This record gives sequence, structure tokens and C-alpha cells, in this order.
Amino acid sequence: MTEIIVVTSGKGGVGKTTTAASLAAGLARRGKRVAVIDFDIGLRNLDLIMGCERRVVYDFVNVIQGDCTLRQALIKDKRLDNLFVLAASQTRDKEALSVEGVRRVLDELTADGFDYIICDSPAGIEKGAYLAMYFADRAIVVVNPEVSSVRDSDRILGLLASKTLRAEQGNGGVQEHLLLTRYSPRRVAAGEMLSVADVREILGLEVLGVVPESADVLSASNAGSPVILNAESIASHAYEDAVGRLLGEELPLRFVDEPKKGFFARMFGS
Amino acid sequence: MGLLALFRRPPSSAQVAKERLRIIVAQERSTRGGPDFLPLLRRELLEVIRRYVNVDPDAIQINLEREEGRDVLELSVALPEKGG
Ligand SMILES: Nc1ncnc2c1ncn2[C@@H]1O[C@H](COP(=O)(O)OP(=O)(O)OP(=O)(O)O)[C@@H](O)[C@H]1O
Ligand SMILES: [Mg+2]
Repeated sequence: MTEIIVVTSGKGGVGKTTTAASLAAGLARRGKRVAVIDFDIGLRNLDLIMGCERRVVYDFVNVIQGDCTLRQALIKDKRLDNLFVLAASQTRDKEALSVEGVRRVLDELTADGFDYIICDSPAGIEKGAYLAMYFADRAIVVVNPEVSSVRDSDRILGLLASKTLRAEQGNGGVQEHLLLTRYSPRRVAAGEMLSVADVREILGLEVLGVVPESADVLSASNAGSPVILNAESIASHAYEDAVGRLLGEELPLRFVDEPKKGFFARMFGS
Repeated sequence: MGLLALFRRPPSSAQVAKERLRIIVAQERSTRGGPDFLPLLRRELLEVIRRYVNVDPDAIQINLEREEGRDVLELSVALPEKGG
């Protein structure tokens, strides 16, 4: 069985590509065969985050237009054997993707026996975002604890419930999850930032994971290696937990509370 | 200022954000999937009502309720307090 997962958000720059890269790498590390596809036509970025930018020869649009085979366009990850990247095209023609074209590529990946297809959605609610979610079985809505991101997430939830194949077929729809990123337990404790519970309550949806604000995310993108592969980082552990939950494990949320200060720290300041 | 207000702490900025989001999300959900003319209807209603009384844009609430096979458009207008 192939599962198609869209990573989406509405609002731009909230951490979709970071999340898609880490979840794909995390699933592959657990032995799943994974393809991760960049739907951000014109603004290719996933290749950089995955560290395969110099190996892009053909892209998603090339496959759809028949310039090459899917096999030629899939870039095999150098670290994980079961992980493949399909880069976005740099063309400025946003019409280059079509429902039929996307369907053919996803069908071929399914026939090829991939366990997971992760679709990295562009920001916004235009065609690219629509195509990224259309065939999804599951959706991971990436949200920052901040008013405009939460509101946009709700709009995306509305689209998932109406503008997807599963919604049209009426068989239960797309399974939706929230993933909070750039979370700062310290600011939440200070009453400066919406908490996990607040966001869960406003959107009425369970959370798949909470990824703390972490400087390691930038170092990971500098290096071209998904942050989940940096075993030292708490962002990595948070993404690893999200992967576990995707696979059905029940894990308590970590990194959502401010670390308790020890006795001496409390006594002697800072 | 009432005596109680002295003791009540002002809401934290996160609480303010949450309350604003709760309202706007509820409003947007209630008109979601409804006809596209709802925003326009809202604007025109506002114009008509303002010919008689001066109300804020957020004084008009439009809700679309789904009830057993029919849609009910619910409209409420909060009028300003007299002499206020
Ligand atoms: N947990 C985090 N901690 C700190 N920085 C983060 C975190 N997650 C993402 N970022 C930073 O936020 C920025 C945007 O991330 P990313 O590119 O993944 O977002 P996006 O949603 O894919 O953006 P776009 O909408 O442009 O596609 C990047 O600079 C990334 O390093
Ligand atoms: Mg992106």
C-alpha cells in the first residue's frame, strides 16, 4: 500500500520543506521506501534542503511532459538507500503541472511499490497547493504558533475537506494532522506565544508533533542534510517522534514545557 | 475603574491572540462552503444599514447553518448603545 502525504500550510515560510525533508528521511531510515516531491514550481528548494541540488538533471515537469522517464528524474539519496527526491522545475510556467500529469506520476510511483509519497506543497492556495493536496491520503498541516499561520491553516483545512479527491469521493476524506513548528516553550510560559493546547483547541485537531524553535534547522539547511539526521538536535528528536506517530506509535509530546530549573539555578539566579 | 478591575490581571498577549483567532475562525468556518456572494452580501448590507445607523463592520454577523437538507442564513446586527 502506498500512502500519499501532503505537507501544507497556506502561509509561506512556516517550515513545510524542512518538515517534508525530515519526515521523508525519518521514514526512509525506518526502512520504508519513500519518494519526496517538490510541488513548488518555479521556486525549487527541497533539493537544497536534501543536499542533492547538483544532481538534478530532470525535474517533475520534465517527467509530466515526457522529456524523460520517472526513473531518470528520481534522485537517489546518498545517505539513505530507500529515499528518492523528485525536484521541482524552475520554469516560470505555473500551468506546467496538471491534475492528469500529477496523477500519472503518483500512479507510477505507486505501481513501483513506494510505501510513502511525500508532497511538499508551495505556500498559498493556488494551483500548486491544490495539486499537492489533491491526491493525498493524509495531510500534515504545518503551523507556527502565531495568528496568521493559525488562520491560514484553518483555510487549508477547509480546502482539504472539499477540494481533494478523497473529499469528492466522500469516503472519509483526507486524514488531517497538525504539526506545530518554531515552538518556544519559554515564550509560551511567559504568555507571549499560543500554546499547543490553544492551537489544538482553535483548530479542533490533534497534533502529530511539536518541533521547537532550533538553531540546528539553519545549520541543517546550510549543510544540505535534513535536521532529523542530526542526532544531537532536539528538533531531530521531535521529528523522529512525529515519524513514530505517523506509523501509529503512541508517544507523549516532548519539548513543550520549559525545562525546570534545578534548585541551585533557582537559588542563585539566571 | 471598578474595584474588581484592580485585581484582574490584563490578559496575556497569547490569550488575546487566542480569543481573536477563536472568533475569526468560527466566523470563517460558518460561511465556508457557502455561496461566494456572502462577502459581497455582507458589504452591501453594511452600506444599507449605515444609511440608518452608524455601525461597525464587525457589528454584522452572518452565519450559514446547515439544517436537514436546507441552508439557513442567519443575520444579526448589533446596534450601538443609545446615547453612547
Ligand atoms: N524549528 C525551526 N526552528 C528554527 N527555524 C526554523 C524551524 N523550522 C523552519 N525554520 C526556518 O524557517 C524558514 C522557512 O522554512 P521552510 O523553507 O521549511 O518553510 P516553507 O514553509 O517550506 O517555506 P515556503 O512557503 O517558502 O515553501 C527557514 O529559514 C528555516 O530554516
Ligand atoms: Mg517550501
